[in-house]
Amino acid sequence: MSLDYLNGSVEMAHGSGGRASSELVNELFLPAFDNPILRELNDQATLTLLSKRIVMATDSHVISPLFFPGGNIGSLAVYGTVNDVVMSGAKPLYLSVGFILEEGFGLSELKKIVDSMAKAANACAIKIVTGDTKVVERGHGDGCYINTTGIGCINNDLNLSPANIQSGDKIIVSGSLGDHGTTILAQRQHLNLSTELHSDCQPLHDLVELMTHKVPEIRCMRDPTRGGLAAILNELSQRCGYAIQIDEVQIPIKGEVKACTELLGLDPLYIANEGKLVAFCPADKAEKLLAIMQAHPKGKEAAIIGEVLTDKRAIVEMKTSFGGKRIVDWRYSDPLPRIC
Amino acid sequence: MKYLNEFRDGELAKNLIKQINQEIHADKTYRLMEFCGGHTHTIFRYGIPDMLPKNIQLLHGPGCPVCVLPMKRINAAIELAQQKDTILCSYGDMLRVPGDAKMSLLKAKSQGADVRMIYSPAEVVNIARQEPEKNVIFFAVGFETTTPPSAVILEQAIQLKLKNLFIFCNHVLTPPAIQGIMEPAKLVNESILDGLIGPGHVSVVTGYKAYEVLAERYQVPIVISGFEPLDILHSILMLVKQINKSLYCVENQYTRAVNAEGNLKAQRLIDKYFELRDSFEWRGLGEMPDSAIKIRPEFKNYDAEAQFKLSESKGIDNKACECPAVLRGQKKPTECKLFNNPCTPENPLGSCMVSSEGACAAYFQYQAY
Amino acid sequence: MCLAIPVQIESVLDNDLALVNLGGVKTQISIALIDDVNPGDYVILHVGYALNKLDQEEAEATLALFASGMDQ
Repeated sequence: MSLDYLNGSVEMAHGSGGRASSELVNELFLPAFDNPILRELNDQATLTLLSKRIVMATDSHVISPLFFPGGNIGSLAVYGTVNDVVMSGAKPLYLSVGFILEEGFGLSELKKIVDSMAKAANACAIKIVTGDTKVVERGHGDGCYINTTGIGCINNDLNLSPANIQSGDKIIVSGSLGDHGTTILAQRQHLNLSTELHSDCQPLHDLVELMTHKVPEIRCMRDPTRGGLAAILNELSQRCGYAIQIDEVQIPIKGEVKACTELLGLDPLYIANEGKLVAFCPADKAEKLLAIMQAHPKGKEAAIIGEVLTDKRAIVEMKTSFGGKRIVDWRYSDPLPRIC
Repeated sequence: MKYLNEFRDGELAKNLIKQINQEIHADKTYRLMEFCGGHTHTIFRYGIPDMLPKNIQLLHGPGCPVCVLPMKRINAAIELAQQKDTILCSYGDMLRVPGDAKMSLLKAKSQGADVRMIYSPAEVVNIARQEPEKNVIFFAVGFETTTPPSAVILEQAIQLKLKNLFIFCNHVLTPPAIQGIMEPAKLVNESILDGLIGPGHVSVVTGYKAYEVLAERYQVPIVISGFEPLDILHSILMLVKQINKSLYCVENQYTRAVNAEGNLKAQRLIDKYFELRDSFEWRGLGEMPDSAIKIRPEFKNYDAEAQFKLSESKGIDNKACECPAVLRGQKKPTECKLFNNPCTPENPLGSCMVSSEGACAAYFQYQAY
Repeated sequence: MCLAIPVQIESVLDNDLALVNLGGVKTQISIALIDDVNPGDYVILHVGYALNKLDQEEAEATLALFASGMDQ
């Protein structure tokens, strides 16, 4: 009884823990994610970690559409959590995967997603070591939701934290902002937008390893996902207690992102990224760090975009390309596009 | 992006600022109001207040159709959305505007109403065709810029013989709104502003001649302005020059898009399907005659107000809410007791805070306080 | 409701529709409110509808006004 990837679909039985569940694990998940720990197929994974400083991060993915230019919910689920782990300076090691599938979801799509996850895991040299699958009745889910939890180890003296941030520190982004969120929005059929844009969904473990190895003085790093750069900078300004100033002219944004956001009345600073990071570093190390990042394929478009001021105020201000100054505020929720 | 980037150039900005500084009289105060919410947004987004000499004061007017819509009409829209087998389509700006009992279209959506955010009225036609069993109601809001698209979809609905598309019409007119701001002060022989940065895209449709009567009546110069930051600086320069010479003409700064007569095709289309309401209540400005439009009776099959029973709601604003004074440019947002206490964009008590172009939201977002 | 931006007509389609381009991004809009539209023209786009053509000569003239008095 083999899974029919051509015409088959997910059934309630696949989530019930019986033979059908076993079939799904043995025929689809195990061959894709294969590693010695997973092969044990216990209810839990026993891990041996060599460091006392263990990092854990979790993320649930409910993206729609499931497939988009530059990736799918599977690759996103792996890279997203890997990046969360990696922002602490940790080496990512293991991932758990929880699927919530809707009855009727196509097995062919599920296979594509799983294969993407396997590929993604290999790209970051991490192992998917345990997982779970539940199935909800038709109409009670959006095809596929995925939760991933990642574990990594910090093997050196690195202690990245917003508490390290000092006035005078420089702020560097690793590349163009707004690509992912704009790509997803452009996929919404009713908007009728046709663009070459694709998501920047990618793991940053190798870039971060290089950065922290060459410039261990880095204060702190974050990946600007939902809420965009604006959310991260506001959060960090509040955490460290200093005002932040950025320079609009220095912020890398692709022409097509500018055009889409112009058409939809949105601000790229608030739009999600899935393959970029923001780093705070001492002023005297900034040019060195920038050069290192720019020499790496994932940091080609890196730029110093601002600095931490001496004001003790939780505020983010921006010098506009026009010559004026404005505040970049902390939005409460997803920006509704401006029509007016 | 051609014809956008060039109009945002920082070097040209420096040049215009230099010219403005050369023109202004040090002992004079120039109170300039921009009418359009879009102008308010540009002013704050590019940080223009900071760049201007201190004796130019910018006041923010009521040109945000979200801000001037009375609570009664929001309540009605929410009621329509909550009807059985109904899809209510709305522009994004309207979704969070609070009606009675802190309800909003967004809240109604979270409670099960089928409320859909649209970017274009064209989507309403598509939805109506895709869902023939549902009543698809378009919450039509906006000044003259946004009215012609509503007329187009009404015409399409007729041509396609759609039986399930309705328009809840809340379109309003700009000249009466300008009059609503200026008249009270005139009646008591006061002046609240020295110059008006005039509506740009509204004028694409209406033409700039429509404002000559107002400039004459209130003896205030009006410069029809484009929406890019250089346009605004240029318009400010033109206003300063007129004020210095005590002139009050209508000038067209937005010559690349606006002409004297406007878009006649669009005007004819509006006239075909809509007519003046005797009176319409504006939030903050009160009842104003001949200031809004409704669907002509011969097209009542498409008029949500004619087809659905709506209960009469009071729509009472918070007593301490200063939206009326803010809309008139009489008070700054910071002079409202409720500003940031507790009225914020997350918890808006009045519509000046909800719409991202409302004066209060602009002040809050760009923290001009 | 004021947000409107200049976009370039790429091609004119049936049913009063046109394909436009802004900085490499394309979308379909209605040209029901204007007449005599040709590929290459610029129009002012608002909520999916072209409200008017953009007069390119006037645009250049306005830019020149912004620059008047500037040292080269």
